[in-house]
Amino acid sequence: MTAATRHPGRALTRALPVSPALVLLILFLAGPIAYCAYIAFTDLQLTGQAESSFVGFENFRKAFQDEAFLNAVWLTLVFTVLSSLVGQNTLGLALAALMQRASKPVRTLVGGIVITAWVLPEVVAGFLLYAFFRREGTLNAVLDLLHLPSQNWLFTLPILAVSFANVWRGTAFSMLVYSAALNEIPKEITEAAEVDGASGWRRMWHITLPMIRRSIGTTLMLNTLQTLSVFGLIWVMTRGGPGGKSQTLPLFMYEQAFQNSLIGYGTAVALLLLLVGSVFSLVYMRLLRTEV
Amino acid sequence: MRPTAVLPTLVAAALSATALTACGGGPGSDPDTVKVSFKQSTDNNIKVLDTFLADIKKQFEKENPGKKIELVPIKAPDSEYYTKVQQMLRSPKTAPDLVYEDTFLINSDIISGYLKPLDDYLAKWPDWNQFIDTAKAAAQGEDGKTYGVPDGTDTRGLWFDKAIFAKAGLPADWQPKSWDDVLTAARTIKEKVPGVTPLNVYTGKPAGETATMQGFEMLLYGTNDGKTDPLYDESSKKWIAGSQGFKDALTFVETVYKEKLGPDVADALDPNFATRVRGELLPEGKLGINLDGSWLPQDWLEGSGHEWPEWSEKLGLAAMPTQNGQAPGKVSMSGGWTWSIPDKAANPDLAFKFIETMQTKANAQKWYIANSGIAVRKDVAADPEYVRAQPGIKFFTDLVSSTHYRPAFKAYPQVSTAIQEAMEGVTTGDMSVDEAAGGYDEALKAAAGDQVVEK
Repeated sequence: MTAATRHPGRALTRALPVSPALVLLILFLAGPIAYCAYIAFTDLQLTGQAESSFVGFENFRKAFQDEAFLNAVWLTLVFTVLSSLVGQNTLGLALAALMQRASKPVRTLVGGIVITAWVLPEVVAGFLLYAFFRREGTLNAVLDLLHLPSQNWLFTLPILAVSFANVWRGTAFSMLVYSAALNEIPKEITEAAEVDGASGWRRMWHITLPMIRRSIGTTLMLNTLQTLSVFGLIWVMTRGGPGGKSQTLPLFMYEQAFQNSLIGYGTAVALLLLLVGSVFSLVYMRLLRTEV
Repeated sequence: MRPTAVLPTLVAAALSATALTACGGGPGSDPDTVKVSFKQSTDNNIKVLDTFLADIKKQFEKENPGKKIELVPIKAPDSEYYTKVQQMLRSPKTAPDLVYEDTFLINSDIISGYLKPLDDYLAKWPDWNQFIDTAKAAAQGEDGKTYGVPDGTDTRGLWFDKAIFAKAGLPADWQPKSWDDVLTAARTIKEKVPGVTPLNVYTGKPAGETATMQGFEMLLYGTNDGKTDPLYDESSKKWIAGSQGFKDALTFVETVYKEKLGPDVADALDPNFATRVRGELLPEGKLGINLDGSWLPQDWLEGSGHEWPEWSEKLGLAAMPTQNGQAPGKVSMSGGWTWSIPDKAANPDLAFKFIETMQTKANAQKWYIANSGIAVRKDVAADPEYVRAQPGIKFFTDLVSSTHYRPAFKAYPQVSTAIQEAMEGVTTGDMSVDEAAGGYDEALKAAAGDQVVEK
């Protein structure tokens, strides 16, 4: 018998202090989420409709027949893999590893620059990168100086441009986590490996990476979830265009819900986005669990 | 319970109580305050509406002692303004007492039950007889009731640069008779005046409703007999798919961008292009012909931040011709904004009183002139002071006789998006005219719930 069943009165008294917090959580967090899930099964509109009705799985059926939705799913995957998995993660690790060996002034300077990009509000970062990539922008000015062909990046390669922007903005986070993780590795282990004649790459592969495996998992998960929900950056830079070539799921969702006023459909897309996020999370959690 | 456990419980309970009640007692319950929400320009230099409303607020508060006006600006581009307003109108806690509504969406909002019918107020308001009938109709619901007081309208036409025309050997009193005349002029400019954009037609999704209305519909409504609506069939109450006029209008857009008569495609699809046309291209003499709205001079007025008082000497105005010059020879589109009272407004009576103050003849005239609007009051339209106030006013007011209003029904916003997508397809060259028109028909069926007729 557990304590709770033996003394129901005491269990209740103990639960009392947490109950207001619980009520607030249910009211302001679980409530809206449940309401959203409900709306996804209705044909609710922002305007143009006196009352909404329950339509079952209609919104989801519509999504999978909608070419624009499938395009958005594909672009979301490209954007996430490019900017979060490959970009933010690898670059963050590389920066952290390099900074381990750098002198203090270099470390402070590089760290400062990277973190500045991170603390800027998303919209400000968006405008900065819009100015960088636009036709009369900084990037093309530099290319011109080097006598390399310039082009309108936001028009020709929009998904690459916004992925780069997300890397620029988000690398600081993984760099910080990896720096902390690398500092945790006992010096003796790396030194012993060095004495045994292991090269830099081998030390990285066989010692460093396995030892920071957990940090890699956490960083990947947080990076991915954050990247999946990037909206302001892309909105400012391209509005999902041209021709939907950088319209990831959050932008598609916004267009459906707030520009076409189809709240029900937009919410259904949001739920599907949640699903994509949880698939990524599950994969990472599996990776985390495997012992090396 | 241990005595120490009591304190956190109390604190938590108190906190949750304040949090909950803070949501309940929203603003707007003060019976002496009218909350007026309006669209504030995203350009910090443009304060036309702000200044006008601040002035009316002063008048109103002086005439009605004890009553207060609270201005609630919403700083957003058009499309985001609509969204924000619709969200506010859903709940009595957030609904203002007076709201600035674009006729583009007013029907949609009427169907949603967001707005209050004003017929009882209008019946007792003598000034209402001064409003022209088409403007009254713009704020009417399908139930025949009126849901807003229009504060002016707008028309559209061709703005052209006289200096560029002179260099190209084109006449200073240019008035094209058909689409071909427009294209021929653009081709001449392209050939004789390198370095300028010959002709701008707004296009694509980034431009939003600007592309649909200033661009596509100015073409589409000129393909028709000039009386029936080419987008929506009034008799069967269905949307029109597969029309030849639609394809012809798309072909015009395709020609402009394929022959490089228009702006660079990447520029045309930049969401900020309309601002650049008004702020840079026209004043700097880099654009030959611009298909655009009557309100452009409001950006060039004194105090607007981009003063350009010489514009009336530098630019000429021509009506947009119909496709082959068929009657009535010219075409224009009209929209405009109305002041409406939300269904959930706390002080509707006082809100209408504010509309009355705003729309006295003197105030209405002041407003039309300040914002380069076109009068919808007969007494103002006839006032020589209004006609003389700004060059171009007479030209654009005369277009009212051959203007069209959009079918502002529930599906219109989605129809508009579908038009922009079709335009974008032919602009970038990703789609042929037939493919783009086919895509529109598909999107139309989805948006209008199969209320579609083939023509």
